Amino acid sequence: MPKAILYDSTLCIGCKACEAGCAERWGLPYNEQIAAEPRISAHKLTAVETHGDRFSRRLCMNCVQPACASVCPVGALQKTSLGPVTYDADKCMGCRYCMQACPFQVPTYEWNSRLPKMRKCNMCSERQIAGKLTACAEACPVGATINGNRDELIQEARRRIAEKPDQYYGKVYGISEVGGTSVFYLSAVPFEQIGLRTNVGQEPMPETTWRVLELVPDVVSTGTVLLGGIYWITNRRAEVAKKEGR
Amino acid sequence: MSIKLPKITVWRVIFAVILACGLYATYLRVMYGLGGATNLSDKFPWGLWIAFDVMCGVGLAAGGFTLVAMVHIFNIEKYRPILRPAILTAFLGYTLVVVGLLYDLGRPDRLWHPLVMWNPHSVMFEVAWCVTLYTTVLFLEFVPVVFEKFGLHKPLEWIHRISVPLMILGVLLSTLHQSSLGSLFLIVPEKLYPLWYSPILPLLFYISSIAVGLAMTIFESWHSSRAFGRALELPLLMSMGRVLAVVLSVYLWIRFLDLSHRHAFALLAQNRIETWLFALEIALMAVPMVLLYQARIRRRPGALYACAVMVVFGFIANRLNVGTTGLEAGSGTHYIPKWSEIAVTLSIVAVGFATFRMIAQYFPIFEVEEHHSAGPEMEETEADSVAVG
Repeated sequence: MPKAILYDSTLCIGCKACEAGCAERWGLPYNEQIAAEPRISAHKLTAVETHGDRFSRRLCMNCVQPACASVCPVGALQKTSLGPVTYDADKCMGCRYCMQACPFQVPTYEWNSRLPKMRKCNMCSERQIAGKLTACAEACPVGATINGNRDELIQEARRRIAEKPDQYYGKVYGISEVGGTSVFYLSAVPFEQIGLRTNVGQEPMPETTWRVLELVPDVVSTGTVLLGGIYWITNRRAEVAKKEGR
Repeated sequence: MSIKLPKITVWRVIFAVILACGLYATYLRVMYGLGGATNLSDKFPWGLWIAFDVMCGVGLAAGGFTLVAMVHIFNIEKYRPILRPAILTAFLGYTLVVVGLLYDLGRPDRLWHPLVMWNPHSVMFEVAWCVTLYTTVLFLEFVPVVFEKFGLHKPLEWIHRISVPLMILGVLLSTLHQSSLGSLFLIVPEKLYPLWYSPILPLLFYISSIAVGLAMTIFESWHSSRAFGRALELPLLMSMGRVLAVVLSVYLWIRFLDLSHRHAFALLAQNRIETWLFALEIALMAVPMVLLYQARIRRRPGALYACAVMVVFGFIANRLNVGTTGLEAGSGTHYIPKWSEIAVTLSIVAVGFATFRMIAQYFPIFEVEEHHSAGPEMEETEADSVAVG
């Protein structure tokens, strides 16, 4: 049963307890200075953003069909059946294609390290396996971030909209974006007003490159026959010309 | 060979300055990581080293497979005299691409990982395999030159026996990865500016690589004829100019159709930096195309050379647009390469030119009879202008 996170920005009070919980879980330092940083980075894998008087939380969307995992040339990124997109730093060679490909600009890099790694939220993969909640969901004092089964969270999000249609923008972000994500957003205003990308398509990103990549065997086989054939014809012509003494 | 101090010339001084800057930039890269040597950021993870050193490097080396296909597969014998310099350019080009990658990869010590840890769904994985295999093929295509130089007839025979499948393999691998460099960007539809983002990026990259391969062949023939005092293979280059004009026409026409089918022409009315960069790129392809259709232009070596240079710059503009400038607006950030990124790039180019010159001087790259005529007295006068550019 795949897991997911539901973030209800109408409930969020901007206390940043999720940031602290996340940092603790990753063993990253967390202090006032880091709390004040507005964006995610290699040392801050989730961030509560302020958009006017509203809050919006940024973290890895752990997409159902992740662009990052499809583009990684060494398979360091994997989509797990439980939902998290995990990262194996021992495989990563630092090409940063995942960062380029991610439609949400989530992966971050340890730019100033001599042996750098990519960093991103992995939806507390090992905690999910152990049946525990993500650190952010556990830390949230008001239930703005909840963690549970993906199907049930979609139902929950729709129920909230149906119950209080005047308090919510009538859509759930993440159900169909890039083919579906594992993080859902509820908002009182259109999503671009809380900093979410609304220009992403409904199609899973890996499709865009796979459409071409799946042609590779065809190109190789057709090309071999064609080039081999042309070689045979043109050089045969040269042989004949030589024999006829031209 | 007698030891004598190299003469100090303007070009040699520039060469030395570039290398000195490149060395210091290398020190910064090694000691302070990508953050210390580049202006890359989380929002803009790829910069000059990918867009120029890798994407342009691979493209500018495309003369190798284009000429191999023309001479060995289509059996157009007359192009044989310029085949070897094209293969040498390609082999050096790919070697330098790998050097560029060593700078750009966060963990250059793991360059070999894609060969062992597979992900066939990744375009980058395909490119990594193709570039590795094709560099090997180019080495095998080039190595007969070394065997000839040292009179090793046995290995020369072995190589000749596998040469046909090798050539076909080389053309196939080139077709795959030249186009795949375009496929890399298919996954950023919401980031890459619509003047460049197209579902047929791989096709456009492939055709433009053939064009720039031909242009580079004209470019290097002109330079080496000056450097080594050889006669320019003008009739050859003239007919190559014809082919180039047609390839450019096909490229520009497909580009036009693509923009029109995607209804992207309205974007040209906007006064944005992207519009002007696009116009520059198209002009650098369209102007030489028009010129090359005229016999009086093709007949003049200087004009032919100028056309080739324009195509090379048009190609570079295209790759930089797709790889950097076209991504800025969509990534919500600005990127201007740091001086150290430029220094490394220039050093790689300079080393490429110098190495080509050295190998061309000591190995039978150009036709034997011409090689003899290029005595040491000639290289003193013209050589230095070519050593770095």
